[in-house]
Amino acid sequence: MGTKYNFAFFDEGSKREIRRATLKAVAIPGYQVPFASREMPIGRGWGTGGLQLTLSLIGEKEILKVIDQGSDESVNAVNIKKLIVSTTGVQTTIDTRKATLIQSRHRIPEIPLNKEQILVLQVPIPEPLRVVEASEHKTKRLHSESDYSGAWLMLFEQIMKYDSVTHGADYPVIVKDRYVMSPSPIPRFDNPKLNNSEALILLGAGREKKIYAVPPYTKVISMAFEDYPFRVESFSGQKCHLCGAQGVYLDEIIDEKTGEAYYQCNDTSNCLMRLNGGK
Amino acid sequence: MKDFQTPILVVQKLRKQFGLGCDHCRDMKPEHLEKNYCPKCGTVYACRDVSFELYEGEILGVVGESGSGKSTMMQCLYFDQEVTAGTVSLRSYKNGKNMFAESAQQKRYIRNNMFGMVYQNPIMGLNMSFSAISNIAEKLIAAGNRNVAAMSNRGQDLLDEVNIPLFRIKEPPKNFSGGMQQRVQIAKALSNNPPILLLDEVTTGLDLSVQANVLDLIKKIQRELNISMIVVSHDLAVVRMLADRTVVMLNGNIIESGLTDQILEDPQHPYTQELVYSLL
Amino acid sequence: MGYVAVKGGSEAIAESIQRLKYERIKNGTVLDTRDIESGMRGLIDTVMSESSLYDRQVASVAIKQAEGSIEEAVFLMRAYRSTLPRKYYSNVIDTKNMFVERRISASFKDIPGGQILGTTYDYTHRLIDFDLSKENPTEVEKWLDSYRKTSELEEPADIDLCNLPRVTDMLRKEEIIAQAIEDNTPPIDVTKKNMEFPTKRSERLQVLTRGQTGAVIALGYASLRGFGDLHPTVGELRVGYVDICIANPMGDDEFYIGNIQITEVESYISSPDKNNADGNKLNLTIGYGVCYGQNESKAIAMSILDTDLETQEKKFPTQDEEFVLYHIDSVEATGFISHLKLPHYVTFKSKLDSIRRTREAREK
Repeated sequence: MGTKYNFAFFDEGSKREIRRATLKAVAIPGYQVPFASREMPIGRGWGTGGLQLTLSLIGEKEILKVIDQGSDESVNAVNIKKLIVSTTGVQTTIDTRKATLIQSRHRIPEIPLNKEQILVLQVPIPEPLRVVEASEHKTKRLHSESDYSGAWLMLFEQIMKYDSVTHGADYPVIVKDRYVMSPSPIPRFDNPKLNNSEALILLGAGREKKIYAVPPYTKVISMAFEDYPFRVESFSGQKCHLCGAQGVYLDEIIDEKTGEAYYQCNDTSNCLMRLNGGK
Repeated sequence: MKDFQTPILVVQKLRKQFGLGCDHCRDMKPEHLEKNYCPKCGTVYACRDVSFELYEGEILGVVGESGSGKSTMMQCLYFDQEVTAGTVSLRSYKNGKNMFAESAQQKRYIRNNMFGMVYQNPIMGLNMSFSAISNIAEKLIAAGNRNVAAMSNRGQDLLDEVNIPLFRIKEPPKNFSGGMQQRVQIAKALSNNPPILLLDEVTTGLDLSVQANVLDLIKKIQRELNISMIVVSHDLAVVRMLADRTVVMLNGNIIESGLTDQILEDPQHPYTQELVYSLL
Repeated sequence: MGYVAVKGGSEAIAESIQRLKYERIKNGTVLDTRDIESGMRGLIDTVMSESSLYDRQVASVAIKQAEGSIEEAVFLMRAYRSTLPRKYYSNVIDTKNMFVERRISASFKDIPGGQILGTTYDYTHRLIDFDLSKENPTEVEKWLDSYRKTSELEEPADIDLCNLPRVTDMLRKEEIIAQAIEDNTPPIDVTKKNMEFPTKRSERLQVLTRGQTGAVIALGYASLRGFGDLHPTVGELRVGYVDICIANPMGDDEFYIGNIQITEVESYISSPDKNNADGNKLNLTIGYGVCYGQNESKAIAMSILDTDLETQEKKFPTQDEEFVLYHIDSVEATGFISHLKLPHYVTFKSKLDSIRRTREAREK
């Protein structure tokens, strides 16, 4: 019963089908395109949407980078990379600059991406309005009618209650003045990187069976009221204890002995590059 | 200059039926229906070609028993329900274009800018778990406002206007009494200065003293803002207190209309007579 | 870039996988997949049904690999399924021609063709048979021999097991069952096209039949117990084999490609006659349940949920198609629940930042 799998796991028909949905997503920035999401050899909710995008796009010459929570070496990143490499044999890198295809969960790399690159983000819940409305039938309608008062009202209520917007990561954005979109659970710190990005950004939600995209040079604005501007996470005065970087997203680590917090680059490959004297 | 001659709102042949209708009932003749119901196919004609006009600054009363179609008519006007046939036009909207034929998006615009609605049941009109002030802001946001300070000031003014104490405006309406909830609904309905306010049985179910309080508030708003209103009630006393003109509905039809005083003094239709005498 | 120290990830995974293999075989016993195939009928049927892939052989390997974990075995099967090219749809199967092994009706004592109890746990006493731990091949051989001999002696029944009359047909003649208009629109394939709400019945039935057994039964039970409007009677439950054929693209005939065992249920639910305005006349509607293998509770629960989702009301969660259809898939539910084990420290840091900020705002 020995069974061989295809290059990049899928049969070519499946890849084409996913690419068709992707093309539609690129053509309608921020719109969630339904697609026939396949069951993958990794768990639903563990990056199957991103993985399907990556596998449908990957060619033999691709240089692949996979990150999870900013790290190339976290178990899930390693696991996904392992699957892609074992079905394709492509070259991998941890150097953001060298990668042509980057699959990521919860982060956009610190180094600005360029137009030769594609960033694939894994998405758990693609529907930014789900917190306001549980029904898919209704949220679909809200998007089609551009009715985002519910989402705005939620921000307003937070301000009334807490004097500030309390959304953490996955902070909703407005794409090209039309669709409200979930940027995936990246920190607010990464939201501005979506705006006018040189690289194509694709977002895939496997379990929820949606693909959406931010094409290059697209206007992406985080939702915010005029007098309560959008704010990213604050790391004022903190820097990476390894490479000394400031103005990057930092992990907060508690020193086991002293119990005090110290900070370290979340984007590990960027940190390494700085340590190794790279520009 | 005010225009007293042309009506601000014109409703023509508004029909709302539940069911497809059959050869027997499609003409809607009384002899083919039991009240508003077709015994052959089960279709209900909630509103049967209702027509009326509303003038600037006027309060129009709509009375009738439950099931007469008055609430359905209001919900159709506010686009909560889709009409089966008929037109509605507003003087200030696209030169009187039929609003029932507009897209869902346009209808939302009209709802948020042209109409204020106060439902009999506050659950229909309010988000019970969001703060009172956010409830006011909802309509402002929907109309495109994106300034927190401006919206919260407007909300405070409106809630003050309807006598909600300042220290309670960040509480959710579910903490409020029935009368207070109705006042929050009224404040919300007024938020975008709509030319027309729709009031559906707003005092039904409230204590008498609270009723008087809410009715006074409505009177005051009408005097101060010169808003046109349609007031639906099964209670002639409410209509007598508020309405300049009144229409009487029965089984989905308007059976009588005229100045409120005139209808109360000299009802023509036997049903209206019954209604008026039972009030006395 | 200079030398990069490999951190724990890859090694930890490799070690964990070794450990998994060790746990499976540490006692030195090699589990034969043929043993699973012949002795774990219930497990195989459940796994095939939930993974919507009918292959006893592959299922037995998946069960072995998953050490008997159903959710894991279903996951393996589904992932395998998505790599298979799907070239044909079968012709419509008329279950009237099912080769029936078991068939019961709770609605009537006597049904044309009779009740056939067949294979069932229903009337066993649930007492653990400790002798099974000592069961040996010689004994088994002997029992089989005698069983087969007695079966041969029995008079063959005078009924055609491949053409049993249906209980439903009987009631339909009496016009007690609502006349349904035959609907031959091709079903939507939910594995190829995303569900859109409101869904078509073909979509609902597919999602239900693929549903996680426990989830389908739990929701069906909730509906029956009170969070639903139904009081169903099992009109007919059948277990048996149906033939699968595909159309010959070159001609009008068809090719037989094999047969599969299924469980099929028709439940009767009384409801107001739609063609009667007074609403004072009732008739029966049919809830339908079907699944691979012998999975009777699941098929019955499915027939309940089918009816629940046909009603336009949404009084109960069991009538809300998004609630039911979005949450009963094994791979989706277990996948999303288990993803909570992944690190979330970037998002958590972001959340902390928001909480700290609200505190600062309050202190100001």
